[in-house]
Amino acid sequence: MLIAFYIAGGVAVAATILMLLQLNAVHALLCLVVSLLALAIVFYTLGAPFAAVLEGIVYAGAIMVLFIFVMMLLNLGRAAVRTEKLWQPRGAWIGPVILALVLDGEFVYLLDRGAPAGHAPPPIGPIPVGISLFTTYLTGVELVSMLLLGAIVAAYRLGWRRRERAAPEAELECVEEVWGVPQ
Amino acid sequence: MIRDALALAAILFGLGLVGVLVRRNILFVLMSVEVMLSGAALAFIAAGARWGQPDGQVVFLFILAMAAAEVSVGLALLLALYHQYNTLDTNVASRMKG
Repeated sequence: MLIAFYIAGGVAVAATILMLLQLNAVHALLCLVVSLLALAIVFYTLGAPFAAVLEGIVYAGAIMVLFIFVMMLLNLGRAAVRTEKLWQPRGAWIGPVILALVLDGEFVYLLDRGAPAGHAPPPIGPIPVGISLFTTYLTGVELVSMLLLGAIVAAYRLGWRRRERAAPEAELECVEEVWGVPQ
Repeated sequence: MIRDALALAAILFGLGLVGVLVRRNILFVLMSVEVMLSGAALAFIAAGARWGQPDGQVVFLFILAMAAAEVSVGLALLLALYHQYNTLDTNVASRMKG
């Protein structure tokens, strides 16, 4: 368990450094996903399985999907696709894949070993976390819900574009760029 | 092990800070902020594990929700910046117009 902690921590740091060195945003996102998954394993070795699962689902899943959606919105158009093809060297995916394979092997090893033992702290399951969350920290939960509501309203307002400003020709160009010129 | 976890949290936070300071692309700045937040979350988890209390994981949940809110607002700002200036350079938006 101890060695798993160190390997996962090393993978997290290495993937983060790779992310900082990347020039292409999608490659950086790949490295960030690997880093967050490594951090999930670190959480598991620290005896926080609930936090580990949430790190995988929410951080490496939902938040990264949000990033990917925004990149899809930004990379609209054929020129961006062409640049992207130029930007894709053959070996771009090797680094993240090797790091992910290390994590994968570690995951299999941990599953094989079963319950954590040794110097690792005792695990705290979801039940005490949930009880604490909805009794002691109930005010915090309410505040977080208000924060999320504010974020929804702010994102909607910021993402709202004034349609009347765009010239009709520009919109037509956009449509033709996406769907092709009608013959 | 707890000490090493705190060291790892510090390293991740420092790396994220470097990213925020060094990169000019606002997309990379947002990703580095994510790294900083996960470093802080790791510190809370490690502290909770040290004392055997669930409070660390509760604060991790709060950080998670806060990160989701921050990312949604940040990405909406990014889209607004891109539509207005047609670039992702943070230096373009360094002046306020009111």
